[in-house]
Amino acid sequence: MLLLGFPTELGSKPDKSAITKKVYSLNSKDNEPLIVKIPLTEVLLCVFHIPLPRIQIHHKMKKTSIIILVTIAAMIIGLLTYSVDFSTYDTVASAKKKEGKFVHLIAKLDVSKPVEYDPIKNPNYLSFYAIDSLGGTTKVVYRNNKPTDLEKSERLVMKGTMTKDHFECKDILLKCPSKYKDNEQLQKNMPGAEQATY
Amino acid sequence: MNFEGEHLLPGQLGHFFVILAFIASLVATVAWFNANRTASIPDRAQSWLKLARAAFITQVLSALIVFGIVYYICANHYFEYLYVYKHASVELEPKYLLACIWEGQEGSFLLWALCHSIIGSIFLLRKNTWEAPVMTILSLAQAFLFMMILGIYIFDVRIGNGLFVLTRNELEAPIFNQPNYLNFIRDGIGLNVLLRNYWMVIHPPFLFLGFAASIIPFGFAYAGLVTRRYKEWVKPAMPWLLFCTAVLGAGIMMGGKWAYESLSFGGYWAWDPVENASLVPWLILIAGLHTMLIFMHTGRALRASVLFAFLGFSFVLYSTFLTRTGILGDTSVHSFTEAGSAINVMIRTFMLFFTLLGLFLFFRHYKKIPAIHTEEKTNSREFWMFIGSIVIFLSAIFIIAITSIPVYNQLPGIKNLIIRLHGGPLAMPEDPEFLYNKVMAMVAIILGLFTAIAQYFRYKDTPGNVVLKKIALPTLVSALVTLAVVLVYPLTYDKQGPGFKIAIYLGFFAMFYAMIANGFYLANVQKGKLKAAGGSIAHIGFAIMIAGMLVSSSNKQVISSSLVNGITFEASKDPRTGKAEDPQENLTLIRQVPTRMERYEVTYLKDSAGHEKGRKFYQLQFTQKDKATGKINEQFMLYPDVYLMKDNNMSSNPDIRTYPTRDIFTFVSYALKDNTAEDTTAFNEVVMNIKDTAFYSNGYMILEGVLKNPNTGRFKYQPNDMALVADIRVVSKDTIQYAAQPAIEVDQDHLHHVDDTLYAQNLFLRFNGVTADQKIRLGIRESDKLIDFVTVKTIVFPYINAVWAGLVIMIMGIFTSMVNRAGFSKTKGFVALLAGALFLVFMFLFANN
Repeated sequence: MLLLGFPTELGSKPDKSAITKKVYSLNSKDNEPLIVKIPLTEVLLCVFHIPLPRIQIHHKMKKTSIIILVTIAAMIIGLLTYSVDFSTYDTVASAKKKEGKFVHLIAKLDVSKPVEYDPIKNPNYLSFYAIDSLGGTTKVVYRNNKPTDLEKSERLVMKGTMTKDHFECKDILLKCPSKYKDNEQLQKNMPGAEQATY
Repeated sequence: MNFEGEHLLPGQLGHFFVILAFIASLVATVAWFNANRTASIPDRAQSWLKLARAAFITQVLSALIVFGIVYYICANHYFEYLYVYKHASVELEPKYLLACIWEGQEGSFLLWALCHSIIGSIFLLRKNTWEAPVMTILSLAQAFLFMMILGIYIFDVRIGNGLFVLTRNELEAPIFNQPNYLNFIRDGIGLNVLLRNYWMVIHPPFLFLGFAASIIPFGFAYAGLVTRRYKEWVKPAMPWLLFCTAVLGAGIMMGGKWAYESLSFGGYWAWDPVENASLVPWLILIAGLHTMLIFMHTGRALRASVLFAFLGFSFVLYSTFLTRTGILGDTSVHSFTEAGSAINVMIRTFMLFFTLLGLFLFFRHYKKIPAIHTEEKTNSREFWMFIGSIVIFLSAIFIIAITSIPVYNQLPGIKNLIIRLHGGPLAMPEDPEFLYNKVMAMVAIILGLFTAIAQYFRYKDTPGNVVLKKIALPTLVSALVTLAVVLVYPLTYDKQGPGFKIAIYLGFFAMFYAMIANGFYLANVQKGKLKAAGGSIAHIGFAIMIAGMLVSSSNKQVISSSLVNGITFEASKDPRTGKAEDPQENLTLIRQVPTRMERYEVTYLKDSAGHEKGRKFYQLQFTQKDKATGKINEQFMLYPDVYLMKDNNMSSNPDIRTYPTRDIFTFVSYALKDNTAEDTTAFNEVVMNIKDTAFYSNGYMILEGVLKNPNTGRFKYQPNDMALVADIRVVSKDTIQYAAQPAIEVDQDHLHHVDDTLYAQNLFLRFNGVTADQKIRLGIRESDKLIDFVTVKTIVFPYINAVWAGLVIMIMGIFTSMVNRAGFSKTKGFVALLAGALFLVFMFLFANN
């Protein structure tokens, strides 16, 4: 018979006298078979010399632990029910398939098409064309001021939704070459570098 | 080849001292480790200690010399050094010299190592028995840091990025074939435009000092475990942990103040990955602070304290990993990328080594760490403090879990799992700020309530209705104050619906509760004895700060928006919901033309040049007139500026007018770049065919077509009118395009010109007529006078100064605790606190661009 519970001590030496006490303290009536209930751990220990941890009946779980577990459970349930609607990174083509969904469109400014921004007429309307790595293009409308250096950007990450005829952009992240001082960029700007690129 | 004009000695010396510092820190680590190991043999331990201290001093001096040399070569513009070429420039003002030293990765690693040196030195000077194990950890971290900037080669593999590498060795360019190449390198790239302000000089040192200080709690936890002095490490570690959280907290919010003052995103916190990554270790260390307090009073929560001490520094390293390796890529504007894959491997190793070390020791010693197995009572202070600490810890885990999404997208196994489940890499949801805000609002409510309630419980046990009696009054007062606020100054934040609005109101209640309860406690229980009142003061400061954040964010008003000013633009409805779009937030101010912005009349008066080349200030006059009498109630000027740097990098810096109860924040969102048209042509006529091109001083225009009696857009002609409209597409030098449609009308025997004006290009176009052979005659006139304009965004932030004031109070509270527990003498403590208070008040409340 095993007593279930959580161990509270590890590695303490087996107390042989306790076993002896257990066996011999039982009243044995004559001619009656002596049935001794010996814990399995004691058997393993004395007969096979396998020490297992001493085990005791466990107290009820600490209040604090209960509260912690409940909080974590609540968080997980909350997270699943109001599951966060993570967005996706998309090309023009895949974004067009997800019309109406909020996506991250990765593309470049299409310099062959016009960039419209007339702050005097309307400082909150910018429109341009973006082209992605697969060649797909779309018109982009951004109802805010034109980010500086839009024309110099290498890559755009546009957050928004695709509509029937254009991409309604809520936010633009520009990747500009001049921001980063990597060696490639520096080499290009070295005096005399232009001559080397014939 | 013998290159002319190079100053190679400083670099060689610098390189030598970096290597020396690295070796010295390794020697110190080993020596202190052995000193700890032989602690039972005093003689041996002493000799190890002596060696360790000597090595440490060597390392500190070497680090200082290295810094001095870097400063020297930058100040003298020795562009033969790549680091100087990258970060310094001839026109850089001396005050920014320090900033340019730690602009680069290598420089900031050096700064971190210097901070460690300072912390380590102070630790050594306060002689204690914990020296050996704690300094083992500090020296080891130091060794890692120096390894990052070694720049030596072992069998073709480069270890670290050297500070003193030569430009000609790192970059390929034909000029390096010439011995006098230095004559061609006239200037360096210089400090990035966005970093040219005093914050770049102040914020990194504070932040790195805070990061560096987090090694001490780690070291103490380590020391406690390995020397089996499981309980004794907590008390000496406390003042260090307090120092760390105070400095780190100040450093983090300095970043926020910087963003608010200098950047144009209009706020001080954007839940950007870099911001989050530095907040997370702070939260964990605060949790650790509270569990250590619990331990000191009740003997409980020791295991949690050990864990939090380990995790604090581990997450500092994780934040370094996120910001320096470029793994965040496109997801953050802060991505300081491209240190190179060699350094990425080393940063990863640094992070994994310490994290695994801490976790390994923690689990190995878990059973041996003394823990009290009976339950704590619900009506005990430590129960509430412990739950609160767990909440803080879990909120930190939440923040870092969401922030690390770009990392999951790149982890070998997880990456494919995500693609399978989600259809592609995970991207942030539509409103990531709201995701963080709604969770953290809940956390703030819980913490505010707990901060208030916990004060009224005693440690271990509190008799029955004592708590209820004492807490009744503060609760009532808080409820009344909140109600008063709700009625008098309600929130106007409906963007996220009523649920969130209620949450914000609850947040207010929780914060007032915390303020009032802690105030009562301070007055009644601690009887105003400030020395022991650090905790209460810190809590009050925290509550003020959060309340300030709540109100300044939810009641912020963009007064340049079209909705506010009744300007309607063409239909701007959200295509998905059909609702009216977010109000259009920009407003164009034409020079000398007063424009209405909420209660103000704003006029763009003129622009002026700043000290720095390429910097232009725009003078905006804000006038508030009495509606009835027209008398001027108030008038002030704001000077937002635009800084156009040499590689056409442009940064827009706001100007802020601060009142006690609100800030008026304005910045330039669009301005014409300085294009001085050299030849301003007078009225000029060109003859054009359809699709012909004509030129003007700032670009060209194409006649797309000629329309007869158009009835769309600008014109509403009828079929029997006689009108011709030239449809012209104007393309300016900076590739912006405009549409112009000058028209000509024949009205009986009059010829009517309807000119079109492109103010942005100072261009007047007139449809003069049609030639015999169906070509059009177009009159082009460019104005002599520049019709100048500037597009701005102006935001009013109510009670934002509560954020800074609350922060200062909170940090002063933490400092007070530190001074108390570190056993400073009365004078020393007073001086330290006064200096701290003055500095913080100046930095956060008065310093300005």
